Amino acid sequence: MQKSVSIEQPVMDNMQPAKSIMVQSSKDTDFEFTGTVGNIAAANPRMVTRNVDVFYGEKQAIFDVSLDIGTNEVIAMIGPSGCGKSTFIRCLNRMNDTIESCKVSGEIRLDDKSIYRKKQDVVQLRARVGMVFQKPNPFPKSVYDNVAYGVRIHGLASNKMELEEIVVSSLRRAGLWDEVKDRLDAPGTSLSGGQQQRLCIARTIAVNPEVILMDEPCSALDPIATARIEELIDELRENYTIAIVTHSMQQAARVSQRTAYFHLGYLVEVGETSQVFTNPAHKLTEDYITGRFG
Amino acid sequence: MPVSNLLLVILGLTAIAYYLGLRRSIRVAGAKGVRSLESLPSYYGLLTAVWCAVPALLVMLVWISAQDAVISNLVLAQLPADYSHMSPAQLTLVLNDIKNIAGQNIENATSSDAIKAAAEHYLSLQRIGLASMSVVVLSLAMLLTALLWKIIHPKLQARQQFEFIIKVFFLLSSLLAILTTVGIVLSVLFESIRFFHLVPISEFLFGLDWSPQIAIRADQQAASGAFGAVPLFVGTLLVSAIAMFVAVPIGLMSAIYLSEYADRKLRSIFKPMLEVLAGIPTVVYGVFAALTVAPFLRQFGESMGLDVASESALAAGLVMGIMIVPFVSSLSDDVINAVPQSLRDGAYSLGATQSETIRQVIIPAALPGIVGGILLAISRAIGETMIVVMAAGLSARLTLNPLEAVTTVTVQIVTLLVGDQEFDSAKTLAAFALGLMLFVVTLALNVIALHVVRRYREQYE
Repeated sequence: MQKSVSIEQPVMDNMQPAKSIMVQSSKDTDFEFTGTVGNIAAANPRMVTRNVDVFYGEKQAIFDVSLDIGTNEVIAMIGPSGCGKSTFIRCLNRMNDTIESCKVSGEIRLDDKSIYRKKQDVVQLRARVGMVFQKPNPFPKSVYDNVAYGVRIHGLASNKMELEEIVVSSLRRAGLWDEVKDRLDAPGTSLSGGQQQRLCIARTIAVNPEVILMDEPCSALDPIATARIEELIDELRENYTIAIVTHSMQQAARVSQRTAYFHLGYLVEVGETSQVFTNPAHKLTEDYITGRFG
Repeated sequence: MPVSNLLLVILGLTAIAYYLGLRRSIRVAGAKGVRSLESLPSYYGLLTAVWCAVPALLVMLVWISAQDAVISNLVLAQLPADYSHMSPAQLTLVLNDIKNIAGQNIENATSSDAIKAAAEHYLSLQRIGLASMSVVVLSLAMLLTALLWKIIHPKLQARQQFEFIIKVFFLLSSLLAILTTVGIVLSVLFESIRFFHLVPISEFLFGLDWSPQIAIRADQQAASGAFGAVPLFVGTLLVSAIAMFVAVPIGLMSAIYLSEYADRKLRSIFKPMLEVLAGIPTVVYGVFAALTVAPFLRQFGESMGLDVASESALAAGLVMGIMIVPFVSSLSDDVINAVPQSLRDGAYSLGATQSETIRQVIIPAALPGIVGGILLAISRAIGETMIVVMAAGLSARLTLNPLEAVTTVTVQIVTLLVGDQEFDSAKTLAAFALGLMLFVVTLALNVIALHVVRRYREQYE
């Protein structure tokens, strides 16, 4: 389903000039947005976004966000509910296309090619930029078929042996193999919540994407399952670029190299995770991290 | 007092009873105020009103239904001796005469003085009956109101008692529906058993010849009757199969279009329009099938060199299929919409196209619900009568050729019970046996469908 997406003229690559906009929120926390604090650029960017605006109908959800996502890094998006962090990462593989009223403008590039250009095949894009969701969503198929699904539709395996190899190695890398090797025929929905989420990760890495987007992947899981997924994210970083949205600041601190703080649709601050958490530059980031609101 | 006036009086008494109960409860609460009562004052009023109205109305109902039989017996007992040797059937006729004269429906010139006297007697008894009923009912209402007035005290749990009475009403209402169903099933069952005494069940179930014409009177020339129902079952299956062949693909595809492809505006127009199809009376479909589709098919067949009967299984099946489309599409649309968005997101995020997502993820997830919907549609097709009566024909031919006229179970039930008949002949009783078969099959399909749908629900809620 291709929805109309307006693409603005290409914009400059560097940081945009500081803008001064008064923002009215529902609370009395008016804040004056004066441009993103910190370095939005990554040393070796895989994805580049510039001046991204997102509208749901009349309502603007993302204001002028520019951010690089570096190769083989984990970047964490944090911020209070409704700040637009999920909306932002859903732009990165055009999952927002499935929402009728959603309009995206600005520049989003994957390996220097705009993903919103006319010729971009969304199906190919999503094979390169995979996504793991908040709630585990295994298909009503067997464990094996869940992982094999993406491989089959993209024709990545030429025969049964190869398919099996990919499935097994994906399950291994997702750290699920030992738990499910005896019940590959069991329905994916029969696994526990944490196992289901690792199954969804295995499903995603089976099609060998370059970027993996994770939208609060642990929010429905218990601490032990969460720890396993965090370990997994750390291992996956070697081969993939990962953008993770999370509500847990500890999680962001544990798994990410860079952290971006969103507030009311603006990207307020971005920087090295260690710096953002120990020495935030913006007052709002500091308030959020120290738990004064959000 | 006429019944309608009596009802009005009871209504008035009920209102008064409500008010009395209410005042009484406030009164017994005294200085401590209404908070010291077990329930709110209005519940004392309601309880009093219920006790005033319900027993009175019940007594009235029983009285009215019993009165006529009692009076009739009294009147017949009073008749002169020469009537006493009559048979019950003749007595019924006499009684009808009496009632007609009493009701001044007809002036029967031939009626004797005895009958006229009996009519007078009948009328006077009726007047007495009505008057005494009024007295009994009204005094019962007032007595119970007074009783409630006596027993209202602050510790009376009026709300609990009132709610219990209301609950009993709900229970009775649901029992009424269930008992009606049970009654129908039992009557069909017993009549069928009578039929199977006349015709062996094996002949009915496995016989290949159906010609139910039998002589009603001894001097009539007619076949002795053959009750092999297989041609009817085959005809029913053939027509239903053609209908499902039309309804399932069209219904399913329109459901997929509406739920996955159409935008909201289109959907809000299309869905109600599709559902209008379900509201068209089946007799209109029947007219359409018999007068438009069947002649068209015959002409079309002739031009192709085929021999198509003017009433054919194909015509009835096609039109029935169109009729069932909204069933299939509406139910399938619901279950497809119930598939969680997260599954679609999961497939899209792996780079599945929309058609891959629909074929490989959404339809498998919705399949149990779709199957349930289709089974319900089949039971609808099997039970459908009007279209097949008008368009499928009457000849019980054992054939699988859709271009020939066939007949179905429902059509035969209609033809067996239309026109003159004896209620204990095999021909009439055969209708009950066919009805029983139909009932058993559709019940089984519905049970399976509900079971399938329920299993699906457990998965995604």
